[in-house]
Amino acid sequence: MDAEYAIIGGGVVGLSLAWGLSKRGHRVLVLDGSDGGFRASRGNFGLVWVQSKGLTEPAYARWSQRSAAAWAGFAAELGEATGRDLALRQEGGYDFHLDEAELEAKVRLFQGLRARLGGDYPFEVLGHNALKREEPKIGPKVAGAILHHQDGHVNPLRLLQALAADVRRMGGRVLTGQVVTDVAGGDGFAMTCADGTRHCAAKVVLAAGLGAMDLGPKLGFAAPIRPQRGQVLITEKLPKLMNRPSGIIRQVDEGGVQIGDSKEEVGFDDSVTLEVAATIAARAVAIYPALARAQLVRSWGALRIMSPDGLPIYQQSPTMPGAYLVTCHSGITLAAAHARFLPAWLDDAADAPDLEVFSERRFALS
Amino acid sequence: MDEVDLLILGAGPAGMAAAAEAAGAGLVVALLDEQARPGGQIYRDVTAVPPARAAILGPEYRAGRPLAEGLADPRIRHIPGATAWKIDPDRTIAYSVDGKAALIRGRRLLIASGALERPVPIPGWTLPGVMTAGAAQILLKQSGILPRRAVIAGSGPLLYLIAAQMVRAGTPPLALVETQTRGDLLAALPHLPGAIRGWRSMAKGLGWIAELKRAGVPRHRGARDLAVDGAGRAEALALTAGGRRRTIPCETVLLHEGVVPNIQATRLLGLPHRWDQAQRCFVPRHDRWGETPLPGIHVAGDGAGIGGALVAELSGRLVGLCAAAALGRLDPVERDRRAAPLFRTLARERAVRPFLDAAYPPGPQTLSPADGTIVCRCEEVTAGEIRRHARLGCKGPNQAKAFGRAGMGPCQGRFCGLAVTAILAEANGQSPDETGYFRIRPPIKPVTLAEIAAMAPTGPDKDSA
Amino acid sequence: MNDASPFLDLDPGGPRVSVRFDGTDHALPEGANLAAALLAAGVRVFRATPVSGAPRAPFCMMGACYDCLVLIDGVTRQACMTRVTDGLVVERAPGRDLHDG
Repeated sequence: MDAEYAIIGGGVVGLSLAWGLSKRGHRVLVLDGSDGGFRASRGNFGLVWVQSKGLTEPAYARWSQRSAAAWAGFAAELGEATGRDLALRQEGGYDFHLDEAELEAKVRLFQGLRARLGGDYPFEVLGHNALKREEPKIGPKVAGAILHHQDGHVNPLRLLQALAADVRRMGGRVLTGQVVTDVAGGDGFAMTCADGTRHCAAKVVLAAGLGAMDLGPKLGFAAPIRPQRGQVLITEKLPKLMNRPSGIIRQVDEGGVQIGDSKEEVGFDDSVTLEVAATIAARAVAIYPALARAQLVRSWGALRIMSPDGLPIYQQSPTMPGAYLVTCHSGITLAAAHARFLPAWLDDAADAPDLEVFSERRFALS
Repeated sequence: MDEVDLLILGAGPAGMAAAAEAAGAGLVVALLDEQARPGGQIYRDVTAVPPARAAILGPEYRAGRPLAEGLADPRIRHIPGATAWKIDPDRTIAYSVDGKAALIRGRRLLIASGALERPVPIPGWTLPGVMTAGAAQILLKQSGILPRRAVIAGSGPLLYLIAAQMVRAGTPPLALVETQTRGDLLAALPHLPGAIRGWRSMAKGLGWIAELKRAGVPRHRGARDLAVDGAGRAEALALTAGGRRRTIPCETVLLHEGVVPNIQATRLLGLPHRWDQAQRCFVPRHDRWGETPLPGIHVAGDGAGIGGALVAELSGRLVGLCAAAALGRLDPVERDRRAAPLFRTLARERAVRPFLDAAYPPGPQTLSPADGTIVCRCEEVTAGEIRRHARLGCKGPNQAKAFGRAGMGPCQGRFCGLAVTAILAEANGQSPDETGYFRIRPPIKPVTLAEIAAMAPTGPDKDSA
Repeated sequence: MNDASPFLDLDPGGPRVSVRFDGTDHALPEGANLAAALLAAGVRVFRATPVSGAPRAPFCMMGACYDCLVLIDGVTRQACMTRVTDGLVVERAPGRDLHDG
């Protein structure tokens, strides 16, 4: 056996698990794909986000809250080990609205969730004037915002790099350019890569993002996931324009303002379209009019990994015990949970979190 | 949206010649170019240059004037001052003029965006006072200014040309520092018989060298370990040559290690590229008519592989003929009849390249800069950081970009891309083809959010957050 | 800015107009390339980088390197892609410490 755990996928999800498993003393092998593969870990928005998660499934809201609460300690430990500041800021985040009625409708949804969470859902509603005191640069068209105090953001690329460095530092093997094309069970699990190399491990965790669509069935998973495109714009580095992030605009620690995000069902097409870029640019300018003069320096499309209900899937294979599927579209928010809590579940330890609600079985029942 | 028969990006020799040829066959042509006047970099401002300056620049430069004047054809719409920032495989270009964005589409599209100077990552190359040799040429052509106390350093015939022009202008360079070696020249000798076919280019180069010798410009050959010294600005160039370290005080350092295809547009289109080992650069794949694997999209000129101005002009004419035939304005037999002499001249003009490529290879610092040297000028990422990313498993430049921001700045990797690929290839023991290149995304040039927002289908007022 | 320019101007004649760069007025050739005209006028440093604050000046003169960025009407522009017009007000582009990071 090359390792106790082989993790297929070297993105933030796979590396968070590898980091947590390494902390528990396991020998891990991470098989990461090609430089040009679809990588949500490189294209995501960098939010550590609670609001609007699990509006219809409180367990998901709680899981997100639990991860958000664990983030500070996770970032501190990872930062200290690698000497990299992950630029984590958890000082709250906004949901901006240009339309009063939409804002009110959203507030009602949040109130409903707060009741179901027993009151643990700290948000407040800011009208235009109250919001302007917090964010003096907002434009006159902004009706208001929901400020959720459990939200924040991080530098997701530094997170990715820090995880890649720290897993190695702890003795994990991380192999890149290893596109897994086949996986088979038996005595442990055997992975075959596109370049012909083979690896084996006692247990295998499929954290391959959209790659799970192909590999999942080989391990007995339904893996009912699909790509959903999000387009993101980023400006030149700017003087400080905003204090807190929102779900669609944030100023990154290097100074650029990042603008998103679209939700498009276009299959495996991660290109950038003028229509969407123009629409999200116009929305950003309406919220922060000073952005009109900012130069857009980069844009990209990235593919989210979406399950039918948008929730993560955590599943041990019903036919091949020792194989696990871990997939979600919120790998940054959930990185702390994946690093801190999920390894106990993989180990079937006493302190494993109850993840039954995230089982694949929920799709078979409906 | 505007529609034309042939849409051309770049008004250098390839673009201008393609426009003239296509218009001559009856096509409606639009020619987008960033500059106010046609000519590209090689013939920059050739229609406006005063006679005294034209004399300094020499006959090769003045040869571009008829091409630029050919744009007066009423079927050619020259759109100057146009920055193209998005190009789609359906041959639509989004561009801005004076801060206003527009779309234009061609039934055929020619990418003729020319060359860029190869990045020359040496210590101190980001200091004020360090420029590319091409920049000095542009300053001379367009603005009539030249550095007074300059050292020219690197490799390639352009070094001799700019030095000769400075001599003619009465401000000779303080020194010519050349990174190519006697060994490079020996390696080039087998290509000499071929190069004789292109003897005109060879003779020009020898003429420039003779001019420099007469003017007494010191030459240092086989120079290694170049570094620009200075506090806050270039004050000297340090180098090792002939076994001796020396420092040449100066105010300006002009760097040049050859030119490479500007592949931003062709990468943006997702076109396949191959590594050209002789020229040490990526080249978009294309057939003899400049057509790429994307139907109706052509490349010509230096952007299709470095060949110089005459090759660019000829390859542009071939695209013009091909486009005219493809759109039914020119009988294929007539196309081939007109193309035959162009192909013959092209072969002759290209004959000198293998010799030049071998005799003037990019210096070792361009391919393997020292750890402390900045590679990505925009994000200030060093070669050592790229190597560290390789140790963290980065096999290609896109993961390295995510890890360390190289290539994320406004220049979009234009001045670090080749160095990043070279460093990763060396560190990982891979070829440049296996290593790959940055994935280029729009905008290929920055565009204000106001410009892009103005193109929203619904307008900002109708959309809510 | 009072340093003698490191550049020799071959055609110093022609009409000049007033351009303000970083608070200093310069008489520059009308219609000239702004980057070239500022270099000829003795301006050596155009900006400080937003990453380290290092000084930069025109490098490529062909709109590719973005080292000659300046601020005109609140928009960062490439000086080498800008023409000199009378009354042009050019500021330094925002550098380090102007953003949160």
